[in-house]
Amino acid sequence: MTRNSPAVVSASKLGLTFQTNDGPVQALSNVDLTIGKGEFVSFIGPSGCGKTTLLRVIADLEKPTAGTISVNGMTPEQARESRAYGYVFQAAALFPWRTIERNVGLPLEIIGLSKAEQAERIKRTLELVNLSGFEKKYPWQLSGGMQQRASIARALAFDADLLLMDEPFGALDEIVRDHLNEQLLELWERTNKTICFVTHSIPEAVYLSTRIVVMSPRPGRVSDIIESTLPKKRPLDIRETPEFLAIAARVRDGLRAGHSYDD
Amino acid sequence: MDSFRDKIVPVTSILLGVVVVWYVMAVILNTPFQRDLDRRANEAPGAVEFLGKTLSQPKPTLPAPHQVATNFFENTFLRSVTSNRSLVYNAWVTLSSTLLGFAFGTALGIVIAVGIVHVATLERSLMPWIIASQTIPILAVAPMIIVVLAAIGITGLIPKALISTYLSFFPVAVGMVKGLRSPEIMHLDLMHTYNASRSQTFWKLRVPASVPFLFTSMKVAVAASLVGAIVGELPTGAVAGIGAKLLAGAYYSQTIDIWSALVAGSVVAALLVMVVGIAGRLVDRAMGGRPA
Repeated sequence: MTRNSPAVVSASKLGLTFQTNDGPVQALSNVDLTIGKGEFVSFIGPSGCGKTTLLRVIADLEKPTAGTISVNGMTPEQARESRAYGYVFQAAALFPWRTIERNVGLPLEIIGLSKAEQAERIKRTLELVNLSGFEKKYPWQLSGGMQQRASIARALAFDADLLLMDEPFGALDEIVRDHLNEQLLELWERTNKTICFVTHSIPEAVYLSTRIVVMSPRPGRVSDIIESTLPKKRPLDIRETPEFLAIAARVRDGLRAGHSYDD
Repeated sequence: MDSFRDKIVPVTSILLGVVVVWYVMAVILNTPFQRDLDRRANEAPGAVEFLGKTLSQPKPTLPAPHQVATNFFENTFLRSVTSNRSLVYNAWVTLSSTLLGFAFGTALGIVIAVGIVHVATLERSLMPWIIASQTIPILAVAPMIIVVLAAIGITGLIPKALISTYLSFFPVAVGMVKGLRSPEIMHLDLMHTYNASRSQTFWKLRVPASVPFLFTSMKVAVAASLVGAIVGELPTGAVAGIGAKLLAGAYYSQTIDIWSALVAGSVVAALLVMVVGIAGRLVDRAMGGRPA
């Protein structure tokens, strides 16, 4: 369904080689990928498979050395300059000297919105991540999960249609992670954003995604792309259904085919 | 209670130890001169009387702690603060040039740091000179600054303050370069994803991140400023100030005066560092710092 809508991200023969002291390292090689509007795409693979690098290329935090990539029909640099995406890092990366509301307002200040507009958007996005009432708190006064939610609010605050998330829940314990996964799905359904989500957890990838991109290392490449057959409404216990387990098994097969389990 | 056990007890024990060693050293160092005096006066005092005499000489080699304390008390609290023998007056003279020099030095240090962080060539061209400037002995530079500035008609507070500036800009510059470069890559990447301009990244990220570094280096700088102000007073002909008191004491062998001026200098230094520390804590609290 979503595949026919205009591409938000479109990569073709994309490659990136880092020059290091030990010689060139091929972080990405021959990546072909199209992500449609409203999709939830997970990138999964062992460390060194280039999943984070690919996300950073989309965000114009790294420059590709081969192939082409477009974001919203523009170059990644143009897309970044037009604030086409919100980026959520592995750590919450909140500024410790700013309260939660001022952290969420940071991108709005930079864009140059009016004070009234800022206040309105801060209120709306904090409601979206269930952090109303914590506006005046400083980051250290919040738990790790709440901090990460605040950082998601910050990425949503300026209403970009694309959300890039780099293992946002990797540092949290499993109970908090389950809870945030559920909330993220809810948020995705309500906002209809396109989400690119990097993870190294198979259940997380299967639970969240409409499509799972399996990647493998040396060189970093896409080894399989799996369409999810799960319905859009996903209660947490969907993870015990045979359908869910079948998709998880396919992801694992994909990882094995890419030699991700080799020593 | 914790601060009593963790801070007051250890510090007091060391202080007591120092006082004991000081008394012992005073007796040892003042004994030869006292023997000499007694021999000339044909006196043979008993051990206790002799000990008392070594600790109450008018110009002892090493004054006893109580002599310094008495002198310090008299010259601080019993004299009019406008008298040029008052330690308060002299401390104020030194303090005023310390503060002026410290303000100059901090401003200069920040400007240099901002330049170095933003212009790559400045780091390579300026940094070696800044480091070299601190290897030159201040005692050699100070008289030249005073003399040269006097020759073009600048005397009084400014030349002394400039010597303080010379000593205090360095720690601030070094600390601020570190502070302005302290933001994590992730925070810098974040600003990049917002397409933030250089000045936005500077004011919203680099400056707030550098504040703790600024206060740490300002503590070092304010102490260095005081040293600069005292050194600056030595070649000015010893008119007023803690440095002048030290010099006058040395001229007339008023060892007790020297020591009490030294104590006054230490008290001023401790107060200055404390004030900067408190200011740092207040700013940290205002910036959402976690209470320690």
